[in-house]
This record gives sequence, structure tokens and C-alpha cells, in this order.
Amino acid sequence: MSHAPILSLDNVSKTFGGGKAPVYAARAVSLELTPGRTTALVGESGSGKTTCARLIMREYEADEGKILFKGEKLGTGQFADLSAYRRAVQMIFQDPFASLNPAHTIRYHLERPLKLHRKDLAKAEREAGIVKLLEKVKLPADQMLEKYPHELSGGQRQRISIARALAVGPEVIVADEPTSMLDVSVRLGILNLLNEMKRSLDLALLYITHDIATARYVAEDIMVMFSGQIVEWGPVESVLGNPAHPYTRLLLSAVPDPDVRLGEATDFSPDDIVAIRKDAAQAQSEVREVGPGHFIRVPGGTAQA
Amino acid sequence: MSAPVLSVRNLSIDYVGEDSDFHAVKDVSFDIAKGEFFGLAGESGCGKSTIAFAIARLHQPSALIRRGEILVEGRNVLDLDKKALEKFRWTEVAMVFQSAMNSLNPVLTIEAQFHDVLKTHLGLSREQSRKRAEELLALVDIPAERLKSFPHQCSGGMRQRIVIAICLALNPKLLIMDEPTTALDVVVQREILQRIDVLRKELGFSILFITHDLGLMAQVCDRIGVMLEGELVEVGDARQIHTAPTHPYTKKLWASMPRLRGAQIGGEASL
Repeated sequence: MSHAPILSLDNVSKTFGGGKAPVYAARAVSLELTPGRTTALVGESGSGKTTCARLIMREYEADEGKILFKGEKLGTGQFADLSAYRRAVQMIFQDPFASLNPAHTIRYHLERPLKLHRKDLAKAEREAGIVKLLEKVKLPADQMLEKYPHELSGGQRQRISIARALAVGPEVIVADEPTSMLDVSVRLGILNLLNEMKRSLDLALLYITHDIATARYVAEDIMVMFSGQIVEWGPVESVLGNPAHPYTRLLLSAVPDPDVRLGEATDFSPDDIVAIRKDAAQAQSEVREVGPGHFIRVPGGTAQA
Repeated sequence: MSAPVLSVRNLSIDYVGEDSDFHAVKDVSFDIAKGEFFGLAGESGCGKSTIAFAIARLHQPSALIRRGEILVEGRNVLDLDKKALEKFRWTEVAMVFQSAMNSLNPVLTIEAQFHDVLKTHLGLSREQSRKRAEELLALVDIPAERLKSFPHQCSGGMRQRIVIAICLALNPKLLIMDEPTTALDVVVQREILQRIDVLRKELGFSILFITHDLGLMAQVCDRIGVMLEGELVEVGDARQIHTAPTHPYTKKLWASMPRLRGAQIGGEASL
């Protein structure tokens, strides 16, 4: 890809709670999102994935470091205004049941972003826009528009969420666990849709998940996060094929794999697990390149790579 | 082969509605042998949890068992009266729910919650039940000092293991686990399932494991049943279900699961 990154985080940190036990939700996080590429951010609950999403969405202010969108620091320049920024950077949430208002029809959900962000459009143009959005996410407009969220399945609702995010013509989409509440057979359709959108609209996509197999399916690049730090990152096949950080190895060893029976799996002992997690939770400032574009933070302590 | 621990025969369960009934379980039959790790897979609404609840006789209106038998060690669970049921639950069949880690009483210590079960069913004194609780916690790799803790002081994975330990208190013959690790991270999930696998080999109980994660199931179970819209469409050895599924639905399920290693799925097999 010859594209330059459109959004980047440079050594961004965010801490919650002061005093004796502050929570380092993001520690010196650096990442780049590029048009036409999907970057997956994976890790366990509490690792800081969603904090990164919220920092990008400007729901949190970073304590340290800077976030650049099209070369400008967040809150300054052309995109200083939050609504101008949100027109360019949109989010898709995990829970398709909670993220749509039960009191409003699908038409309302899709018309509202157009009303707010595209004041130039006449009513008829908005209507045409809504129909087009539903076509994009492969839902029949004539059957959907007057329905309420509870009349739709989880997969259909998530498609509506995607259509809503696309309504304003964004350049970056942050998808936070968009498929984790859906059934296996519905997940693939949503992942395929995200892939298509990325290609046809040249979107920069940040795909946040704890499901590493789906990350491999949709993403070109992957970042593994633990305890607020990105401990390993690079091209998805390289990181998953040759994990170099002990925590990545631990995480990958525990992903259910139907080819390996439980007793035959090469597992870490409970003591290993404690040691690896303890080490990985330490601040690791040294970065080492272990393959082309594939980096780790060098762990200290006992569980050396 | 010895007699099965659990034998479900032609089970049909409806959710009774005002206008029409919803047929949640349709003529389902399967057996679980002694010591067997049996998995029931399927997507939301396929009836797998309805079956689990019926086996423990925890189903509530509007669920209605229309037909069939549920035999545990040869006894029909559906015939038990209230008194017999009290004895049946915990001693014959114990159940771990998806939200089990939230099923502990937040205002009682872990020790008090063990004592509750051990006193009611075995009449143990505080001293005796503390000793037994320590043994049970050791089974799930939790140090005895945790007995003094309250649930909120333990992590989610630890609480889930505590619930499993309580379930094992009366040596049940069958442990039903309904999505027991779905809310947990993969590393914790693996640790818990590994522990359970060791325990069932040591203690000889059977497991009915319910999850939507077919990959996980193929990894841990001996045999697997796949459910679709209330019907058990395929039952087989875990390896066969994985490598040579016969039912089109099972094949489609596999085809819609992205792979972590090796050749990626095609991507067109969306249901």
C-alpha cells in the first residue's frame, strides 16, 4: 500500500484514578491506521483495547502523547470541532441491542446522522441516501425502514449500526467487538461486510476483538495488547505464525483449536502463566524488530522470549 | 459398555404461548456414559439450554415437557417429587451456569456458601465443612485462605472455579455446564477446562458441556451433539464431528468459523 496513515497515535497514555493504585489503561500506545487497511487490536478484557477506541473517538483526553488525524493534533485545525471530527471518524459498538434506540424506527436511526451532518441534503435526497445505505449493508429497504430494533435479529441490527456509521461518509471506522454478541453463522456475514466496505470505500478500519481467529480473517496488521501496552505488532500472518513475545505465545496457546485435543496441547503451567503475566505487566520500553515490520516490546524479568 | 449415566429419550419441550406453542426441543435422544465429556453445540435459540434445565428439572413455565424421558442412572427425573428432587440436585446432577460467577451470594464469605450446601445435605458442622471446603478448593487450585474472602474479592475466573468446587461438594454423577467459560478470557478458560478434565478423570463424573463454540468443543469433548432449531441433527465422536461432519449444518458451522492457523476458510459459506 502506498497510502500514508490517516490517523496515528504517538506514545499515548491514559491513566485512571490517581493515588496508590492508578490504572494504566493505555501506556505509550503508538499505532497507525491507513486507508484501505484493517488493523486488529486484540487482547483480554481489561487490557486497554476499548480505552484506545475511546481515545480515538475523543471520548477521553490523552494524558500524554499525541493523536494525529490527517496530520493535525486532535482538537486543533480543520477537525477541531467534534462534529466535524465525528463526520470523519465513526464507531461501531459491540452490543447491537443496546446501541440502537428501541423507541425509534430504522428510518429514524439512519436519517438522523444525515440530518445532523449533511444539512445540505433535501428530504428526498436523504430518503434516497437511506435506501442506498441499506443496499450497501444488504438489507431490503422496503421491509426495514418502518421496523423497530426489536423486530430485527442481532445480525440485522449490527448491519443497521454499520449503515449508520457509513451514513456520514467516514474515512476511519473503529469497530469495537462488532461480532462478539452474534451467532457463529451470522458473524462471517458481518466480517465480510466490513471487508467489502474497507475495499470499496477505502476505509481505515480499527477492528477491536478478543477473538484472534476473526482478527486473522479481516485484518492485514495485528497488535496484541496487555495491561495497557501493545506488546507485539506487525503483519497478521507474521505475528500469529511466529509470535515472539511470551504473552502473545500464551494467548495463542489458549485459543480453542479443534485440531489439538486438550491433553495434547502444549500448555503453559499455572506458574508460567503467572510469571508471564507479571512480566508483561511491567513497563517495557525497549522495542525489538523480530521480522519485517514485526516488533515486540522486550520483556524483562524471568520469562525471557 | 456400562449403563449410561444420563439417557435422554425422545424428549420434546414446548414453550406454551397464547396462540401457538414454540417447539424448542423436538424428539431429542442421546446418552452420556460414565466419565464421558459430552458436548451439546448449537446457536442461540436451538434448545440446548432448555435441555440442560430440563435435566436438572429447573425448567419453569411456560416450558412444558410434552413427551419423553430423562433417565439418570435408570431413574426418570420427570417422575421425582419435591423431596426426591432436593436430594437429586447436587448429589446426582449439579449445574454450572454461564453467569455462575455471579451466582455466589455477595454478602456471604466463600466458607459460608460451602457450609450452606454441606450442612443442608450432609449435616456437617462448621468445623467439618471447613475441612471439606478446603479439600474442594484444592481441587480447583485455590488456596484455603480464600475461604475467608467475599466473592467480590475474587477474580471472575476464581469465582467460576469456586462455583465448580461447590458443585462437586456432593460428588455428583453428572456435571452440567452451560456456557461455563463464555464470559472469561481464553487463558482463564483453558485453565478451568483443563482442571475440569483432570477432575472428571480422577473422580469419574460425566459432563454435559453446552457451548456455541464448536472449536472449543472439538478440543475438549469425547462426543458432540449438534443442535439446529430444536433438533439434534448429528451426534458423533468429537474427531468425526470435526474432520468428517455429515450434516450440512455442521459443515456450514465449520465453514463459517475463521481459522487461527493453516488455510483460511473461503468466506462464502455464510448461512
